[in-house]
Amino acid sequence: MSYNVNDNGYYGEFGGAYIPEMLYPNVEELRKNYLKITSEDSFKREFDALLQDYVGRPTPLYFAQRFSEKYKTRVYLKREDLCHTGAHKVNNTIGQILLARRLGKKRIIAETGAGQHGVATATVCALMGIECVVYMGEIDIKRQAPNVARMKMLGATVVPALSGSRTLKDATNEAIRDWINNPTDTHYIIGSVVGPHPYPDMVARFQSVISEEIMQQLKLKEGRENPDYVVACVGGGSNAAGAYYHYLDNPEVGIIAVEAAGKGVHTGESAATSVLGKAGIIHGSKTLLMQTTDGQITEPYSISAGLDYPGVGPMHAHLYTSGRGEFISITDEDAMKAGIELSQLEGIIPAIETSHALAIFEKRPFNPEDIIVVNLSGRGDKDLDTYIEYFKL
Amino acid sequence: MNRIKEKLAQDKKILSIYFTAGYPSLEDTVPIIKELEQSGVDMVEIGLPFSDPLADGPTIQESSTAALKNGMTTEHLFSQLSKIRETVSIPLIIMGYFNPVLQYGVEAFCKKCSEIGIDGLILPDLPLAEYKEHYEQIFQENGLVNVFLITPQTSEERIREIDNATDGFIYMVSSASTTGKTQGFGSVQTDYFKRVADMDLKNPQIVGFGISNSKTFSTATEHAKGAIIGSAFIKMISRDGRSGIREFIESIRHI
Repeated sequence: MSYNVNDNGYYGEFGGAYIPEMLYPNVEELRKNYLKITSEDSFKREFDALLQDYVGRPTPLYFAQRFSEKYKTRVYLKREDLCHTGAHKVNNTIGQILLARRLGKKRIIAETGAGQHGVATATVCALMGIECVVYMGEIDIKRQAPNVARMKMLGATVVPALSGSRTLKDATNEAIRDWINNPTDTHYIIGSVVGPHPYPDMVARFQSVISEEIMQQLKLKEGRENPDYVVACVGGGSNAAGAYYHYLDNPEVGIIAVEAAGKGVHTGESAATSVLGKAGIIHGSKTLLMQTTDGQITEPYSISAGLDYPGVGPMHAHLYTSGRGEFISITDEDAMKAGIELSQLEGIIPAIETSHALAIFEKRPFNPEDIIVVNLSGRGDKDLDTYIEYFKL
Repeated sequence: MNRIKEKLAQDKKILSIYFTAGYPSLEDTVPIIKELEQSGVDMVEIGLPFSDPLADGPTIQESSTAALKNGMTTEHLFSQLSKIRETVSIPLIIMGYFNPVLQYGVEAFCKKCSEIGIDGLILPDLPLAEYKEHYEQIFQENGLVNVFLITPQTSEERIREIDNATDGFIYMVSSASTTGKTQGFGSVQTDYFKRVADMDLKNPQIVGFGISNSKTFSTATEHAKGAIIGSAFIKMISRDGRSGIREFIESIRHI
């Protein structure tokens, strides 16, 4: 059994391209070209060079000594927080902008929740001199003022999504509507492993540099390519997809996905999609989805804007239902504590999304000889206001 | 014979109206359908509201949100429509997004439609390939026409594939846009309508998106069998209520 995508764009029963006909030519153009273009030598050279010189890759694989001592196991942190713009998101936007340029696109659109993907998209558009429009929920615009300012400084236009709940889900709807209205000159850079095929696979491939580096770096440090576990937080799931990618079909490596329980999985204010979701269609993909019995999409909640999404990428839906992945949900409170703990044990302030992944060590024992790689997907600068308010710093 | 095919066989241009079920008030669904028929509308598309209508502009988004807030559900719509065939004889189509149908169960949904006397479905985000692989037989067993969309960007090859996969009409989206967006048709649209008309397809074409008055209706139906009005009708009804229906329909037919 493979846990990667099949030729029809499915992971088990999840995935596909459930899109209105208006989007068919755009998505079909991508589907026909993404593998061909991304496997060309000239593409690979340009992608690798930008990842190295512009993003700052490879990012370190750091043995977290004091954190490991506290939890009596061996924890490595994959330092995606050290990427340019502060998170793994830029790996994907670099890949997609190079692809968009080769497809002759003149305009880029993107959705963003907390603003990290919006900033990463605005950044690569500035780098390439391409027009950039970012859709962001009106509520998120108010919550994430510094990232809105960053996007504007980078030359992007930030358009408030005024429909629905005015958060990430609605920003994604608005970006899709923009694409319907601009089908020929525009490329939509989706920020996670969600959306219609080929997006989940394409984004996972661009992020797969994370697990590729983990294999090489762990080999040097431990003499083996395989950790016992690889751990990542999952909203849509792009950092997780990248961290798992080369280990998906390797049963020696345990896969742990950490979701946001919000105020508690069953409080009605949660984003724990694996527990609360059912198979359905969101943003063009069949996946696990939080919805009413009537099939209306419901609003998730998490203190972390990056995990505040009612669905999950189809790869992760399949990892969950097949039992390949172990899914753990972490509350706001436990995540916030873990964020402070890593700051004080290792001198690294993580993004609140990432703090969820770090919080599992309080919940789940590991053996002392286990090697666990946690994908440290982003840095906490963007979350300072939330940390300040939460801890009255 | 299916009511849709019967209607399309008539020697006239078809006027079809889309409205969102449960809007402006929850129990408006059936009175609106009756009034539309009495005003001379040929076919009605009953919108099953969805929380995240990707292909729709603000007008239909807002009517969908309001309908859901009013308490509209799939089950409630079916109960509203349960006796519709005692009084209404024009073709009725349910249009909605695929997820609510999937949650109801595609087979159960189609069966229920057939019992009520619904003639067809339009599910824009159910792709052709998925339909053919998993659902075509269910639709056929229940006598439901599945209506597919085409756009100015749809290739000739795919239009032919769609023409072969359906047996009713083709929903010809007038331009690359969400609903309620375009104002008036230029030569780009009329060339496209003509290009498709000249393909000599098995199914007639009905134009949707961008039709709001008698002028756009007559331009759209110059080369096509009929046209669908959605957002403009919803705007009217949120302003004038059900009493504005007759005048609105007469203004479309009047050249």
